[in-house]
Amino acid sequence: MRAMVYRGPYRIRVEEKDRPAIEHPNDAIVRVTRAAICGSDLHLYHGMMPDTRVGHTFGHEFVGVVDEIGPSVQNLSVGDRVMVPFNIYCGSCYFCARGLYSNCHNVNPNATAVGGIYGYSHTCGGYDGGQAEYVRVPFADIGPSPIPAWMDDDDAVLLTDALATGYFGAQLGDIAEGDTVVVFGAGPVGLFAAKSAWLMGAGRVIVIDHLEYRLEKAREFAQAETRNFAEYDDIVVEMKKTTDHLGADVAIDAVGAEADGNLLQHVTAAKLKLQGGSPIALNWAIDSVRKGGTVSVMGAYGPMFSAVKFGDALNKGLTLRMNQCPVKRQWPRLFEHVRNGYLKPSDLVTHRIPLEHIADGYHIFSAKLDGCIKPLIVPAA
Amino acid sequence: MPYTAQKPPAKESSEQLRARIPGWGADLDPADRPSVPKEQFDPNLSGAHWDFPERQPEERPRERSIEHEFLTPVFGTSCPTHGVSGAIRRFSYAKYSEGRAAHWLLLLAADRVDALGSTLRSFATLRPDNPITQTGIRTEFTHHGLQSRRGQKRVDLVHQPLDVIVVAGPWVAAGLGAYAAYRKLSRAGRRRR
Ligand SMILES: NC(=O)c1ccc[n+]([C@@H]2O[C@H](COP(=O)([O-])OP(=O)(O)OC[C@H]3O[C@@H](n4cnc5c(N)ncnc54)[C@H](O)[C@@H]3O)[C@@H](O)[C@H]2O)c1
Ligand SMILES: [Zn+2]
Ligand SMILES: [Zn+2]
Repeated sequence: MRAMVYRGPYRIRVEEKDRPAIEHPNDAIVRVTRAAICGSDLHLYHGMMPDTRVGHTFGHEFVGVVDEIGPSVQNLSVGDRVMVPFNIYCGSCYFCARGLYSNCHNVNPNATAVGGIYGYSHTCGGYDGGQAEYVRVPFADIGPSPIPAWMDDDDAVLLTDALATGYFGAQLGDIAEGDTVVVFGAGPVGLFAAKSAWLMGAGRVIVIDHLEYRLEKAREFAQAETRNFAEYDDIVVEMKKTTDHLGADVAIDAVGAEADGNLLQHVTAAKLKLQGGSPIALNWAIDSVRKGGTVSVMGAYGPMFSAVKFGDALNKGLTLRMNQCPVKRQWPRLFEHVRNGYLKPSDLVTHRIPLEHIADGYHIFSAKLDGCIKPLIVPAA
Repeated sequence: MPYTAQKPPAKESSEQLRARIPGWGADLDPADRPSVPKEQFDPNLSGAHWDFPERQPEERPRERSIEHEFLTPVFGTSCPTHGVSGAIRRFSYAKYSEGRAAHWLLLLAADRVDALGSTLRSFATLRPDNPITQTGIRTEFTHHGLQSRRGQKRVDLVHQPLDVIVVAGPWVAAGLGAYAAYRKLSRAGRRRR
């Protein structure tokens, strides 16, 4: 089969690989019909995630058709159209039994601090991902769901990560009616978080980025106010000014490890890998939120330490909430919202790239060219 | 104003927001949201029909975090460890927990060794690594590289040139290595003559 493979920082290519096989009785093999590139993939692509091996296939946002099932699979049949959460999880460990699907203990031998994720390095379990023609889906009875007949593949693929994560990020903000919510990052996760904040009753939603075309999307798609941080000497002061010097009630970090805005932080983290991630947006979130407020962190950080302004968080009595999104827990409600037209995930899709040209897709998304917000990958067959 | 007790007046009322934004307030009740409360104990919810999953066969020794009691019943089998990078990785897993910076720094070092070695080895194959096609750099010309940057206040433009160094690194290293090897060989050749 054809599959994207990592060759080293900033370099990927498409190779002929063996079609994945059933390795466990509850595995399924899924033929991928749509995949996406996520902001998280950029951290791998840029060589920031420890134990990212040459030859690894990325891709944790994908939908497809069940092609083969293992002997113990009961809930899926060959030919089913399925959407697959980015989390790999067993359904039965201490954490899964409590709904913490992104924190499963039975699927990632390489680390106990993170669960299993498709195509996300060996630190997340060493599973090949869905930017390929076929993918091995462990615990086929647990994660995947049939795509509702009324749902479009383009919407379904965004429900496997970006939309679910943005929505989850808004939830972790514990938004109460009338709250002012500031979202750092106008990528797919931030845009979905901003949109979701309204569903939870926010009174004001402000999105911050430095890419004007994405801020435009935040105004139009998420009906949010925007600030371009590059236009301000100090975005934290602006956030105070715009909130009568109180600070926002809730701040959401939808940027993560490669945040820009402070060259030293960015270069030590993203280029020199001396920190787990550059916490610029996180620090801005901590400083912009009001005392007693909540910071929800959706942006991903590596397993090493990062220079976070912890003292401010303590002195302000903040609540910091974060996790990888337990995707399937969000689905029933999100299906309703998509069906009611409150959320239209595929509105963020800007590019459709054949698998054979995926290296182009990565560069366009990484360098933020051509108004790119969300690129989808389409395998040939 | 934080200097007095009352919350600053809202810019828009809930009624105005409901009228302006489709779905506003659909999840208004904080208790009625999918991930609230964080932990919801229900071992049957996920559909698992086992207490502990069957074990996937371990076809070759699989490295694991020493914070785990045993190899997890299911694991990924992409890219088994091999060569020098593999030795570094296995050492790092065997020796250091996830709590130790050494663990992650060794893994990152192994990643660089892996990338460099793979590039060098690729030159002996029919498909040598090609930094032009693999970086997708041609899209700078096909997808408005200049226009996407010109006249923008993008702050990432300062460090984008560093990407070139990250990418070119292995090629420069390979070039220097080849040159050193050539010097050594030709010197040895001269001595023999
Ligand atoms: N927790 C989870 O489950 C989960 C799931 C998906 C993605 N993520 C993470 O969410 C983050 C965003 O993902 P995405 O797909 O939207 O990525 P993206 O790269 O498209 O978006 C990131 C945005 O942040 C902007 N930005 C950079 N520095 C900033 C700063 N200091 N302040 C404000 N904005 C800044 C960038 O210009 C960009 O628009 C990534 O770190 C990703 O790994 C986490
Ligand atoms: Zn993702
Ligand atoms: Zn589990």
